[in-house]
Amino acid sequence: MKKITSMLLAVVLGATLLCGCGGAATETTGTDTATENTSADAGSAATGATFKIGGIGPITGGAAVYGNAVKNGAQIAIDEINAAGGINGAQIEYKFEDDEHDAEKAVNAYNTLKDWNMQLLMGTVTSAPCVAVSEKTKEDNIFQLTPSGTSVPCTQYENAFRVCFSDPQQGTASAQYIGQNNLSSKLAVIYDSSDVYSSGIYEKFAAEAANQPFEIVAAEAFTADNKTDFTTQLQKAKDAGADLIFLPIYYQEATLILSQADTMGYEPTFFGCDGLDGILGVENFDNKLAEGVMLLTPFAADAKDDATVNFVSQYNTKYGETPNQFAADAYDAIYIMKAAMEKAGCTPDMSASDICNAVKGAMLEISVDGLTGAGMSWTADGEVNKAPKAVVIKDGVYVAMD
Amino acid sequence: MSFLNYLINGVSLGSVYAIIALGYTMVYGIAKMLNFAHGDVIMVGGFVVFTLSTRMGVSPVVAVLISIVVCTCLGMTIERIAYKPLRSATSLAVLITAIGVSYFLQNLALILFGSDIKLFTSVVKVKPLVIADGQITITGETIVTIIACMIIMIVLTTFIKKTKAGQAMLAVSEDKGAAELMGVNVNATISLTFAIGSGLAAIAGVLLCSAYPSLNPYTGSMPGIKAFVAAVFGGIGSIPGALIGGILLGVIESLSKSYISSQMADAIVFSVLIIVLLVKPTGLLGKKISEKV
Repeated sequence: MKKITSMLLAVVLGATLLCGCGGAATETTGTDTATENTSADAGSAATGATFKIGGIGPITGGAAVYGNAVKNGAQIAIDEINAAGGINGAQIEYKFEDDEHDAEKAVNAYNTLKDWNMQLLMGTVTSAPCVAVSEKTKEDNIFQLTPSGTSVPCTQYENAFRVCFSDPQQGTASAQYIGQNNLSSKLAVIYDSSDVYSSGIYEKFAAEAANQPFEIVAAEAFTADNKTDFTTQLQKAKDAGADLIFLPIYYQEATLILSQADTMGYEPTFFGCDGLDGILGVENFDNKLAEGVMLLTPFAADAKDDATVNFVSQYNTKYGETPNQFAADAYDAIYIMKAAMEKAGCTPDMSASDICNAVKGAMLEISVDGLTGAGMSWTADGEVNKAPKAVVIKDGVYVAMD
Repeated sequence: MSFLNYLINGVSLGSVYAIIALGYTMVYGIAKMLNFAHGDVIMVGGFVVFTLSTRMGVSPVVAVLISIVVCTCLGMTIERIAYKPLRSATSLAVLITAIGVSYFLQNLALILFGSDIKLFTSVVKVKPLVIADGQITITGETIVTIIACMIIMIVLTTFIKKTKAGQAMLAVSEDKGAAELMGVNVNATISLTFAIGSGLAAIAGVLLCSAYPSLNPYTGSMPGIKAFVAAVFGGIGSIPGALIGGILLGVIESLSKSYISSQMADAIVFSVLIIVLLVKPTGLLGKKISEKV
């Protein structure tokens, strides 16, 4: 009996090995059955006349709000471009893989997309996975444009660019924004010292604060293992007389900070960066607590310009919610790719590596008007130049400040 | 005044550690095994209450009662499936199994509920105690947690001292073999221990989530480890030790956050544990067990 079982097991093992090889071979023909996100018609895929753009981000897990927004935002841009005739006459094929905001899973997702013959990568959405994937795109020479990976090493190689501000830029821009608008004279910072995103923003914020008319009276840290009780940090900020608390953190912890401050009867202004985006979507969170919270963000859904109104209404019809800045970043990312590919004269039959070489040069020459900024341009280190904007939460929605 | 505030923050945090530590120490004291899945049973308790009261609108009291029943059954099932077959195995094997159970519960919750954070509506309706013109606030959750700790401690101690089942537990904890010879049903006793321990976990879960209202599949793991530290600190196996250890740990954590460094707090807490264990290896209230030769 035992012998039969082990023979069976051996056969199954052998079969899976063969399946593994076969799977890789069929994947390359572009008939992706596993994906849930392809937009282009499968017919043109076979002829090879399409550009294959891959996307990676967390569509499940704690950071799913970001990943889904990026996935959907990019989808809208791709549908628009495809409807208008594509890039240099070729349609775009789009496939989005989940990484659950985990570096290892992001690399797996990247490998899946490579097997699919991805030519350009739009991603990844969050910083830590993005840094891991940037090592791979550098190795394979694939062009990478992250809509929202803010940490510096995301674009450390010359093939990688970003749509959003980097962490240092966010920290500096927040300090300038608070200073220029006289939002506070004494402020406190609560940041996650175990997270590169949070501590990166904090360092630049603190450096820029020296040039600004306010004073940092308390700089309190917490770590990934100690992020449920913020009463002590809040108490210190309160005792130091801070009237504004800068929160360069993600919204999960921010919801706790807001409710604990409320319990304490402490009512400072809260000011955060893009990590706070998503706070209004937390299940069972009392949105009243977020009233008056300010965010440094490049996108306000209530802006009245045509491009924003059009994007918001499309997003609303398609996905039943108001897009956040991540959706806008992703929408812009696709149009930036389009502009750079048109500038470089890319064609769908070019290899990923050739496209990368052509597009990374073109990125330095283009100027794109997008949802997240007008006249965006890029430097060789992958950073974008655009003006900082902020929004404030009023009656449960983002409202553009001045 | 701010010192008092930090102290009270510490006591609130510590009372949560204490109530978790009670379950840890109870199971260890009797079954002589570290149930690392305890923290995750707490998380399950939290999710049961969240699903019932926030999503389905069941009244909080009923939800808590159901949660206790669910966790008790869960605890007994885990014991029956994962730990009982290993009764005669080395303690290391049991420990690793417990870690496995812990991951299993976390991943199960991940599949069922996703890892998005959920905000828990506090089930505690006690008004906060405000003293000194609003400069000091003691939350209702803290008051309830401390009272619950006290009640549980007294009930458990009386139960173990006065009832037959409790006496059987004591006997099992001292010597399983001898207890069996004396007619104690060892398996049933250990099963009962897990039932009580997991029921306590449900209560701890509700109070943990009421005090710190974020709920995700990993909610129980770090407080679980801290509570384990608290139990060791107070003397593992000792029920009053768990209470004292928990509260001291919370106070040390809060005070080191406020006066030394907010990011070094955990390092300081664990250093204190190392020092206590060096000076008094059995913990503050632990009994010294002399090996029979």
